[in-house]
Formats: sequence, C-alpha cells, structure tokens
Amino acid sequence: MLRTVKGVLGEKLGMTQVWDDNNRVVPVTVIKAGPCVVTQVRTPEVDGYSAVQLGFGAIDPRKVNKPEAGHFQKAGVAPRRHMVELRTQDASEYTLGQEVGAEAFGAGDLVDVTATTRGKGFAGVMKRHGFSGVGASHGAHRNHRKPGSIGACATPSRVFKGLRMAGRMGANRHTTQGLKVYAIDAERGLILIKGAVPGPKGGMVLIRSTSKAVAS
Amino acid sequence: MQTLDDLDALSVKTDVPDFRAGDTVKVHVKVVEGNKTRIQVFQGVVIGRQGAGVRETFTVRKVSYGVGVERTFPVHTPIVDKIELVSRGDVRRAKLYYLRDLRGKAAKIKERRDATPATGE
Repeated sequence: MLRTVKGVLGEKLGMTQVWDDNNRVVPVTVIKAGPCVVTQVRTPEVDGYSAVQLGFGAIDPRKVNKPEAGHFQKAGVAPRRHMVELRTQDASEYTLGQEVGAEAFGAGDLVDVTATTRGKGFAGVMKRHGFSGVGASHGAHRNHRKPGSIGACATPSRVFKGLRMAGRMGANRHTTQGLKVYAIDAERGLILIKGAVPGPKGGMVLIRSTSKAVAS
Repeated sequence: MQTLDDLDALSVKTDVPDFRAGDTVKVHVKVVEGNKTRIQVFQGVVIGRQGAGVRETFTVRKVSYGVGVERTFPVHTPIVDKIELVSRGDVRRAKLYYLRDLRGKAAKIKERRDATPATGE
C-alpha cells in the first residue's frame, strides 16, 4: 500500500488556455504552488507510520495558539496557516524546514487535486441531484422543479432515510483524480494542470501524486 | 489587469494588425501535409470578433464557387502565420451575420474612406 507520494499546497489562480506542440488549444488551471515547508517528519519508529507534514500560507503569529506555536518552533519555521500530512514511504528523505514548491512535479505527471468546492447554498433537487423536474405544461401548476413523489402511502408510511432532497450544496472537500500536469514554471512557482480543479479562484488546493494505477 | 496576464503574454501575439468587422483580410494559415507545412491564404470579410485576451477569435467569410465559407480562427493561434489587412469596410455593426442572407452585389461592403483621422491604422 505504501507509495511514494509527492505533494504540495497552493492557491488556485484561475483558468486560461495555451497552445501545445501540435498547435491545439489546451485548457489549463494555473496554481501558485507553495512555498510549502516541512514541519514534521513521521517515522515508523516514533509514530508507527511514515508521512511528511507540510505547512503553507502566512499567518499572523499572534493568532497561533501556544501548542501550535511550539510545534512550529520545534521545526524551526515561521507559523503557517494550513497544514497537511502526506503518507509516503520516502518520508525519511525530507528534512525539517525543507521548502517544497512547484518543482516537486514535472510536466506529464498525473496528479489528484483536492480542494473545497464552491458553495451553492440551499439548492433544489434539479441542481443538487440532477432530477428531471416536472413537466413544463400539460396543466402542471407551480410544480416545475419539484422532486415529485418521495415515497408510497400506507406502506411503508414513512420516507426512507437518505432520500435525495433539496438542501445545502457545495462547499465539500472534493478530489479530482488523474489530472495531467501540463507544465511547470519553477521560477514563478506555477503549476499548469490540464483541465478544471475544484474550488474558487484564490482557494487553497492540495496537489498529490495520483492514487490511480497508471497504465504504462 | 487580470491575474494571469503574465502567463497569457507568452501566447499572445503582438504583431496582429488592428482590424474589425467589415474589413477584408488575408489570413495566412499553416497547413500540415505529412511532414511538410505550407501556407494557405484564406481571404474574406471579417464578420465578427468574439472574446478577449488570449481566447479572442474572429470569423472570416468568403463566397467560394457560390458557396459561403466561414472560418473562425483564434486571434493568437500559432497556425495563423500572419494576418494581412486588405481593405477596411464601412459598416455600422460589430457582427455582420446579415451577410449570410445576402448574395451578389447586396453582400458587398462599402470601403471606408478615412474621414475620421482618429481611427487611423
């Protein structure tokens, strides 16, 4: 199960397009990756598993509570806003305080991108679950985007648990798997990923080596 | 100023002439045949420009053997070798879709005589 996982935290800047070598348009998402810093290295001897802990983002040192401040001080780095742990078998190759940036990946790598999706608020069943709604005509009365029947009558005389209904949509943690890194701009710390990634512009994203088996 | 302007600047061409709907242009298109490339010229009237920045496109219409042909190119695509401005048109619309319903002399666009110096090339 143990894999070598590379990862970096970054900020989604937005989408644009570039032309590839065959003069075809490639839609890309631009992510400003890092600089991340290694705040802890987990080892099987001490922690029972091997992982590397990364910190990212500036934070006012006054807002950091004492236990966290101590944790950062132990690593010898300034406090960071976000932290994430990557389970990877080569954790021992990382050192405390080491910087991780866009150059962790290369063009052509397959990655998974995790982020919090945009919140849609209270959404109806058509938007939230893709229901078909109700007919537009044939005497439908104020009944166009409703779910229709939610169950039978006397049997079971209740609504089944987990039935899909209207409610809060979005603002979930979501991972898009198997995206391809189109290019790296190490100088400016940018990663160009082909296709869309979750979340709004300015949102924090986690880029990791893909967990999908790579067909070679 | 958009966030990604710096990145788009790598793809954006700077040698694109200033043209608008109604102008007649020659678009020099690179055509790949096997392992050779050659230049093919597509001449016609620009019937509209769409979008902005790196993703802006324009549509050129010509009538070839009595059949209307329209091609849409991204302004900054590498397959367009160059865009040559042949003549400027005197039109009052940004999108000339009405040309599709006209043929012959009615579809002809009056050439613009530069009466307004401010618009100069």
